[in-house]
Amino acid sequence: MRPTRSVSGRGWRYVSPLLLFTIFFFFVPFVFIVIMSTWSRVDGAILRTWNLDNYIAFFTTPHLRVALWNSVSITATVTVVSVLLAYPFAWFIAMRVPTRWQRLALVLAIVPFWTSYVVRSYAWLLVLAKNGMLNKTLMALHLVDAPLEIAATRIATVTGFVHFFVMLLTLTIYANLRQLSPNYARAAADLGAGPVAIFRHVILPLSLPGIVVGAFLTFVLCIGDYITPQILGGGNELVLPQVIMLQIGRRADFPTAASLSVILMCVVTLAYLASARWLKLERA
Amino acid sequence: MSHATERQALLAAGVATLVLGLASGAAAATEELNALVWCDHTDDAFIEPFEKANDVRVNLKEFEGTGAALSIIEQSQPGDWDVLIVDGVDVPRLAESGVLGELPADQLPIDDLWPEVVLADKHVIDGKTYGITELFGYNTISFDANKVDAAELADMSVLWSGKFKDRIAVYDWSLPMVGLVAMGLGKETASLTTDDLPEIREALFALKDSTTQFTDVVASQTALATGEVDILFGGGEWLTAVLSSEMPNLDWILPEQGGLMWSQSVGRFADAGNPDMALKFIQYIVSPEGQKALATSSCYWAMPANRKTGDLLSDAEKRALRWDQQAEYLARAQLYPAPGGELEQAIEDLWSEMRAR
Repeated sequence: MRPTRSVSGRGWRYVSPLLLFTIFFFFVPFVFIVIMSTWSRVDGAILRTWNLDNYIAFFTTPHLRVALWNSVSITATVTVVSVLLAYPFAWFIAMRVPTRWQRLALVLAIVPFWTSYVVRSYAWLLVLAKNGMLNKTLMALHLVDAPLEIAATRIATVTGFVHFFVMLLTLTIYANLRQLSPNYARAAADLGAGPVAIFRHVILPLSLPGIVVGAFLTFVLCIGDYITPQILGGGNELVLPQVIMLQIGRRADFPTAASLSVILMCVVTLAYLASARWLKLERA
Repeated sequence: MSHATERQALLAAGVATLVLGLASGAAAATEELNALVWCDHTDDAFIEPFEKANDVRVNLKEFEGTGAALSIIEQSQPGDWDVLIVDGVDVPRLAESGVLGELPADQLPIDDLWPEVVLADKHVIDGKTYGITELFGYNTISFDANKVDAAELADMSVLWSGKFKDRIAVYDWSLPMVGLVAMGLGKETASLTTDDLPEIREALFALKDSTTQFTDVVASQTALATGEVDILFGGGEWLTAVLSSEMPNLDWILPEQGGLMWSQSVGRFADAGNPDMALKFIQYIVSPEGQKALATSSCYWAMPANRKTGDLLSDAEKRALRWDQQAEYLARAQLYPAPGGELEQAIEDLWSEMRAR
């Protein structure tokens, strides 16, 4: 049955504030960035003439494509590892921890969120550095003869990211798992399914939306980050957000920075389209 | 406590807060000055004497590079800013673009500066002065003397020979680092062309192979101080002098090829909202008292451009800054490359290509 005009009108009144906010503080600035990406910086001055030179430069400059690949590959690794670690954690809280303790368990899970992101990265540096806590412990226990080279590598970058995003994914997966009726699992057990089969054929598919939402948020936040690769990765692998910051901070080349930002936005859009396909399961 | 008593207590607290706020407002400075600065200008020991002497409140905004400063300026209205701290090599283009305004040269202690840092070709355009050098220093080689012998670093090219593989960090700033590599190859930074880039590329890539990290100011100090690296390519007094009392083993050297000289200048905005106070602030910055506070700031140390500052520095501070060797160092130093157009883009691309390897 089609909604009446009064119902539709009320709906628009409710969403209008948020819609206007999104238009003025997202779409309009984004359109401006797209326009700026078609300008050029020549001899320190910004030329406001439309062209695709910045985009052509991206596709013809190998190191820029390498920077994008570094961003995507690090983000993909972080997303997969974070999901693999967060799911059992969220499952344990949702299914095994008594209800009256679940809130406390979640609070403890997100306590690291309370510290500054930059401070957390430097804290990991103190742990993973050549003279850091980890190496000192391993050498004191005679498990290694020389310090492990972890800081200033991709492993350190991924570790710092995963520490942050596991918390995010735990929340989204937990929220999904909590919504599942226990009758699904009971019905499957009544039909002869064991615990592993129940998880594979009932719990996991129904918790996929929570995984995908969390994974998408992880992807979006991770791919745009340059602080952790700089602090923990030692700046050894150039990622696209770093290139953007270098263009702005060192050269005031806003058109190039804008074009790279648009490209990054396109990658995020592709990730959204891939996630949206999986999210249809929730509506089914 | 009854509700009526609670309301009275809250009302009294509110009135007291309002009165205190008005009182502090009444005691506030009568003028304001707005300055875009590097972090070394934010110490209270530097700002407070000027504020008290001139009954002015100085509002400081830090930025991390000329590009960042330009983006702030682009988003500002005329009159928003009064004073700008900027790399000396960038003064000409800021003057030509109308950002910086003329300064009265006869009211500045130019004769008190080290002659090599007056840099008239950067600060004087068509007979008008647009800036004055406030601080200078070197991008050269910092190292941990407990782990590396200074004699091993006498020739800069040893850093891309592989001898110190995985023991080097590189200061993450393209133009000066490419300039420093160029000096290591015996080239002049002022006359670099795109024809020089293939040779520079080879050395730069070899340096990358020995490098464990690319660092900003803070990360550079951290990496050297914690022992993550033994050598910092691009370091200098700005990196190690501030740690000289706690970590005397951290040192710096000008190799035989010399070092790159960085210089900071101070200028007044052409559309400054408070031009007279801006000039007073600039005069304070280049006075021995202001220079002493800047030279030994908590952010990083630097050589004061005003030679008379030597009367105010302690012997330990002079040693950390190599005060007595400045004449020799300045003779072997070159300025940052200041390319334009195609060469600047090529250097930036080279740096990004090296970082992405």
